[in-house]
Amino acid sequence: MTDAPAPPLLTIRALRASYGKIAALKGVDLDVRAGEIVALIGANGAGKSTLMMTVFGRPRARDGRIAFDGRDITHLPTHLVARLRIAQAPEGRRIFPRMTVAENLKMGADATEASAADHAVDLERVLGLFPRLKERLTQRGGTLSGGEQQMLAIGRALMMRPRLLMLDEPSLGLAPLITRQIFDAIRTLNRRDGLTVLIVEQNANQALRLAHRGYVMVNGEITLSGEGRELLQRPEIRAAYLEGGRQRA
Amino acid sequence: MDYFAQQLINGIALGSIYGLIAIGYTMVYGIVGMINFAHGDIFMIGGFIALISFLVLVSIGVTAVPVVLLLVLIVAMATTALYGWTVERIAYRPLRHSFRLAPMLSAIGMSFVLSNFSQVSQGARIKSIAPIITGGYTLFETGGFAVRLSNIQIFIVLTTVALLLAFSWLVGRTRLGRDMRACEQDQTMAALLGVDVDRTISMTFVIGAALASVAGLMYLLYYGVVDFFMGFVAGIKAFTAAVLGGIGSLPGAMLGGLAIGLIETFWAAYFSSEYKDVAAFSILIVVLIFLPTGLLGRPEVEKV
Repeated sequence: MTDAPAPPLLTIRALRASYGKIAALKGVDLDVRAGEIVALIGANGAGKSTLMMTVFGRPRARDGRIAFDGRDITHLPTHLVARLRIAQAPEGRRIFPRMTVAENLKMGADATEASAADHAVDLERVLGLFPRLKERLTQRGGTLSGGEQQMLAIGRALMMRPRLLMLDEPSLGLAPLITRQIFDAIRTLNRRDGLTVLIVEQNANQALRLAHRGYVMVNGEITLSGEGRELLQRPEIRAAYLEGGRQRA
Repeated sequence: MDYFAQQLINGIALGSIYGLIAIGYTMVYGIVGMINFAHGDIFMIGGFIALISFLVLVSIGVTAVPVVLLLVLIVAMATTALYGWTVERIAYRPLRHSFRLAPMLSAIGMSFVLSNFSQVSQGARIKSIAPIITGGYTLFETGGFAVRLSNIQIFIVLTTVALLLAFSWLVGRTRLGRDMRACEQDQTMAALLGVDVDRTISMTFVIGAALASVAGLMYLLYYGVVDFFMGFVAGIKAFTAAVLGGIGSLPGAMLGGLAIGLIETFWAAYFSSEYKDVAAFSILIVVLIFLPTGLLGRPEVEKV
């Protein structure tokens, strides 16, 4: 959290959101700078996914401010937030089960203004990143395995040519080998293309190793933040991480 | 055999009309999960607009049949689509996040509004029109019974096939079709991918209404009459067709429409025409007992 080389791309200030009467976010501050990987870690139900969805206005922020690239997007309709090329591979993957893999990827491409030729280039890159999808292009999304669905969800988000990629628990329910493949892909995209990533994880160990900076969320509040590897050394993180580990077992 | 062949032809023509209406029910159900009870009345509006367009065209001296048909088709589709759009905009969209039954009740209300509007503005009497497509072919003749295929039946079937081809292309190959399917499967995710869900839902109503208006035009040409109440029975039949085919399934709607048309025609031909509606609904019940999701419906459980 020292001086920042790049300006913040996403700025969240004093954000509050709730489901009915249950407060899910209780005044959250968070920054993602261009070119950064930021990890948001915390236990189940801490409000991590809610924070990601609130950026898209689902649920709407009760209070506070969300800005993207200097523009206030707090009250922008969901689809217009997406058209700023903020892409999300959301909780539960949410691929379209009755569309083919190719169509799922096309749904991401549709969100951009890019030409058909650009789409073809993007598609090749995504398939290069996740070769498993290439073999499955004509298969329906619903027939894929969990890992393949996760790759498809990320691939679909990448087809949006994201300026900010949000990943909600990309490792959930996946075999360690596949998790590593996915994390490697994210690292490559960040180093090679400067892709900005906000990643939500319960798997704090891997997420903090991947990220430049991290935030820890407890009960709808940010309790700690700092550089990824530095956070990993802190005893309270180790405790939270172990606790998280037990829940996942 | 001749009699059978004749009924088959008649049934397919009638079934095409039901099928085109049924698509509107099934599309709307698929995307917003409601039964649009006003859809039958949209079909009726389509019939009236076709009638009015015919009269206007004839009065200004346009009489070449293909030109007239094409113009009426375009006017009816465009105007009825506007009705469909308006109904969704004022009666359903404000209730989208209300409790589940609210839009359904609103739809029943809209059904009354549309039929009463027609009754008041066009009068309660049955309106008739002189036959526009006449003639036909005698396919074969045995024992004094001629099996006839009329030009109007050919027109109905060819138009239906053309519309279905265009419609499948739209749903399967275009961006709008992809957006519609995305909204049908997961509206939140569609929005996260930049799809304007409200606009996509509007377009669904517009397309459904346009198809129903063609059915209205066909009905007018086939039977030569329209009245303000015709949307009710035809709507119920087409809804039955959609359920029979598997609500939410587009090929199912067309298949269900054909099935209902054929059942009704054959029952009337071989048993009694008074009970033809009872036959159609009885078969629906029997099918639903053995195939609760309809002929082409998909099972509820889906691996996601």
